[in-house]
Amino acid sequence: MADFKFLAKTALRDSRKNRGRLLLFMSSIILGITALVAINSFNYSVVKDIDRQAASTIGADLVVQRNRLPLSDEVKGLLDSIPGERASEMQLFSMSLLPEKNVSQFVQIRAIEGDFPFYGMIGTDPEDATNKFRTEPIAIVDDAMMFQFDLSVGDSIKLGYQTFEIGGRLTSGFGSNSLTASFAPTIYIDQAYLESTQLVQPGSLVNYSYFFKVPEDFDPDEWDEEHRQTLRNNSVGTQTVEEQKEDLTEAFEGLNYFLNLIALVSLLLGCIGVASSVFIYVKSKIPSIAVFRCLGMSGNQAFLIYFIQITVLGLLSVIAGVALGSSIQVLLPLVLSDFLPFDIALDISWTAIIEGFLVGLVITILFALLPLIAVRKISPLRTLRASFSDDLAGKDIWKWIIYVGIVLSIYGFLWQVTKDPLASLYFCIGLLVAFFLLYLVSKLVIWGVQRYFPRRWNYVLRQGLSNLFRPNNQTQTLLVSLGLGTAVLTTLFIIQGLLLQNVAGMDEGDQPNMILYGIEYDQMDGLLELTEEYNLPVIQRVPIVTMKIDEWKGKTKNEWLQDTTVRVRRWAANREARVTYRDTLSSEETLVQGSLAGPPAEHGDSIYISLDEGYAEGLNLEIGDEVIWNVQGTRITTYLGSLRDIEFRSLSTRFFIVFPPGVLENAPQFRVLVTKSPSPQLTGTYRSEVVKRYPNVSVIDLTTILRTVGQILDKISYVIQFMAIFCILTGLIVLISSLFLSKYQRIKESVLLRTLGASRSQIMKINATEYIILGALSAATGIILSIAGSYLLATYQMELDFKMNWWPIIIVFILVTGLTVLIGLLNSREVVNKSPLEVLRKEVG
Amino acid sequence: MQAALKVDELSKTYTSGSRSLTVLDDINISIEPGESVAIVGPSGSGKTTLLGLCAGLDKPSTGSVHLYDSMLNDLSEDERAEIRNKHVGFIFQNFQLIPTLTALENVMIPLELQGMKQAESIATDLLERVGLKDRLDHYPSQLSGGEQQRVSLARAFSNSPKILFADEPTGNLDEDTSQSVEDLIFALNQEKGTTLIIVTHDMELANKTNRIIQLKGGKVVADRKPE
Repeated sequence: MADFKFLAKTALRDSRKNRGRLLLFMSSIILGITALVAINSFNYSVVKDIDRQAASTIGADLVVQRNRLPLSDEVKGLLDSIPGERASEMQLFSMSLLPEKNVSQFVQIRAIEGDFPFYGMIGTDPEDATNKFRTEPIAIVDDAMMFQFDLSVGDSIKLGYQTFEIGGRLTSGFGSNSLTASFAPTIYIDQAYLESTQLVQPGSLVNYSYFFKVPEDFDPDEWDEEHRQTLRNNSVGTQTVEEQKEDLTEAFEGLNYFLNLIALVSLLLGCIGVASSVFIYVKSKIPSIAVFRCLGMSGNQAFLIYFIQITVLGLLSVIAGVALGSSIQVLLPLVLSDFLPFDIALDISWTAIIEGFLVGLVITILFALLPLIAVRKISPLRTLRASFSDDLAGKDIWKWIIYVGIVLSIYGFLWQVTKDPLASLYFCIGLLVAFFLLYLVSKLVIWGVQRYFPRRWNYVLRQGLSNLFRPNNQTQTLLVSLGLGTAVLTTLFIIQGLLLQNVAGMDEGDQPNMILYGIEYDQMDGLLELTEEYNLPVIQRVPIVTMKIDEWKGKTKNEWLQDTTVRVRRWAANREARVTYRDTLSSEETLVQGSLAGPPAEHGDSIYISLDEGYAEGLNLEIGDEVIWNVQGTRITTYLGSLRDIEFRSLSTRFFIVFPPGVLENAPQFRVLVTKSPSPQLTGTYRSEVVKRYPNVSVIDLTTILRTVGQILDKISYVIQFMAIFCILTGLIVLISSLFLSKYQRIKESVLLRTLGASRSQIMKINATEYIILGALSAATGIILSIAGSYLLATYQMELDFKMNWWPIIIVFILVTGLTVLIGLLNSREVVNKSPLEVLRKEVG
Repeated sequence: MQAALKVDELSKTYTSGSRSLTVLDDINISIEPGESVAIVGPSGSGKTTLLGLCAGLDKPSTGSVHLYDSMLNDLSEDERAEIRNKHVGFIFQNFQLIPTLTALENVMIPLELQGMKQAESIATDLLERVGLKDRLDHYPSQLSGGEQQRVSLARAFSNSPKILFADEPTGNLDEDTSQSVEDLIFALNQEKGTTLIIVTHDMELANKTNRIIQLKGGKVVADRKPE
């Protein structure tokens, strides 16, 4: 019997007149694979660079950090045992004043001591600026801030009570991301001059870092491992080069995960295109297959002929996708530069190419196999009876095996990307539900149109409508592919809109937009007067006392932390608490349990405090439990009197711990003043005046922060939109190929109608009716799915207020419907513009 | 002598939902090797169904079909395909050429399926024999109806079949072309000693065979010599 050579030869011969058409159909997967390879290549480049650059991103072999408080003597003793060189940094946020410009700016001060960085360098212009700032009161100022305020090297900047000369522009620093840098630009000074600023006071938020360059025989990871428990008990964090590599890889994985999901959706959309194309192709080949079968070809041989054709074309498409993906990976760093810790060196990644090639080929072939396996069953009897169709009516176990193969390969891909089997499962289920719902809607449409067919409508409308359910209809293919594409696109738009709306809405109405903190007791009256002079409302005036938790429920903090039988949250136990005192709830709080005003009877005159519900849960506390606090050396015993739920999206001050009045009034404390400025101009002048009179007071302009967050979100939106282009383009190609296919399905019928005297406009109207309904239904179904999905995502995952902005959705609806009609009508142009005989000879003969 | 085709108590019933339709009922036929037989009858009498069953394109509801020494009922679709490839030739009313293959390639299919090395030379000879020497590389759409049927004829004889089934072979052709195709069918039948079974409405064609089997309502109503 026939060998493979014959089958390959026949596959080649049989494809002759269809290659161009087939390639167009298969091309819908090209963009999906392009996205996949581009993203993976970029990912591998980043991972390689992380390995190369990890040491220079932390500047040392080992970094030891303590937020808000200096190191304890126990930890200092441990650090003394580390050999090699050392340096340190004190980092805090404060206001700065630019005397020449008479403006102030919230900044991040990094005060360096020693030869930091040991690896890499602080990038400055002029390059030698860091040499000078060690010996003189010189500041290196963030380049963007220099540009923003038109500053020059040699100008002055006042930090607290000390004036510095600007010695250089900071072009690249350490440990700051673009979000922090954009609302609090970095200023480097030498630690020797920090004291004279008088910014470090009790209660100031200072973060301490110690950097070590160790000899080769000293293993920082081993040291870290050995002292981990002591360091954790003292709330000290560490960072080694190895950990930095892991952290950077982990941080990047989130981004990579998101990008890969987009690529997968593009790939799946493309695969739907492939499946529908192969389905129609096989249908058009049935007469030839029946002849082959009649002449003695077995079912498997016939199947192999078409399998070879599809595999070769799939292979060409995958190769094209891989080549395109490898080339366009260079675009990704341009789009993603704001989210990357360093410049990426892009190389050709053979791993990404091979992975993309294999994933693309396997998933393409699996989707193509779905319609292709029917070839095995085509009966030779069709040569005698064209109407015979019983051969394809039966169930085929292979179809189910392929379905399982598709689901497993998608699941495997997701698992490999996310490393999370459960999340991959949820995504798979979500995808299946979306597919099923779209399929269900298409079935319902077909059933509904048949069941309630408007027999009295005019012929043109009836004909267009009946195209939805008659043999060779495109209803299912288009509804599923267009619907899924629309759903992905709309979800991206809705979530992006929700994020922006939620941020934008944060300073609306009565919400404050300016916070003054670090106010000393005797500065309050003066500040209130100043605020009144500027006609600004005093929304909150809050005293803050810092304290630490010592004991609760009869056990010390260390006993709790060492107890492996009970889970106590380390962040809750170790934090330096900022506590206020009052007897009323703020507008952002709701009482969940107990009473803020009165204590439960059985505890008599003890002190009853109120805690945030999540904070109490983190400490394993319940109403009535005893808690002992260390208020700067004095122990205060309290009882948990109430639990509150705090709205964290508000911009007002929020407190996990609230004491009753009459307890902390005499404790060392500072104050916070919250106000709302109506305009940026007023904010600017008020802020400058405050900094001039009270250099230790920091003014945080929340509007600027919100604007910065908005800008960052805009950048994220840009990335999302860039990636969504892959989905849109793939969807468009699927749309074009599906409609192109429908042209072949409908051509005989349209020609017959033309022969029987139908006018051009009648044919166009019939086609337009069908495409308007298909486009509108696909878009509407996709949009409904995406609204439901976004609602679940926003409410349960992202905890955002779900407020819809309908405009983007209406635009997506009009766009999808319009494109479907436009491409559909362009496709049928030939039928209406040429003579019926000419079309028949060309397309059918 | 062993019969080329033996049909015993053959019936075919199609079922659609709760309704069933018997197309062929208790057919018994025996055809000798080299014999030429015409199956005639009005539309819907079961001619094409009988042809399909005899050629192993379909399975009977009851009864049996023996093609030489093979009992077709017991064979799978692929086993029947192998028998068709080795021993059976087909000619169809609508030619059934593969539109994407040239005339030569269409004729070569049965031979290539057998893995025969000389497929091209045999196919070329056959096309020359049916008068299409200059049309080897033409596609079906570039050939007239008569030419297409001659390609179909060359293909039908390419595997030197023991038995040839023809379904209305001249049904789509004009009178002159029909005549030349009929002449070719009978000449090749004589030349190769092939058993010939023709389903036709055309009594003139039927009368050129050795025997006429007449069907009506799914039953054999006459089995006679031509007039």
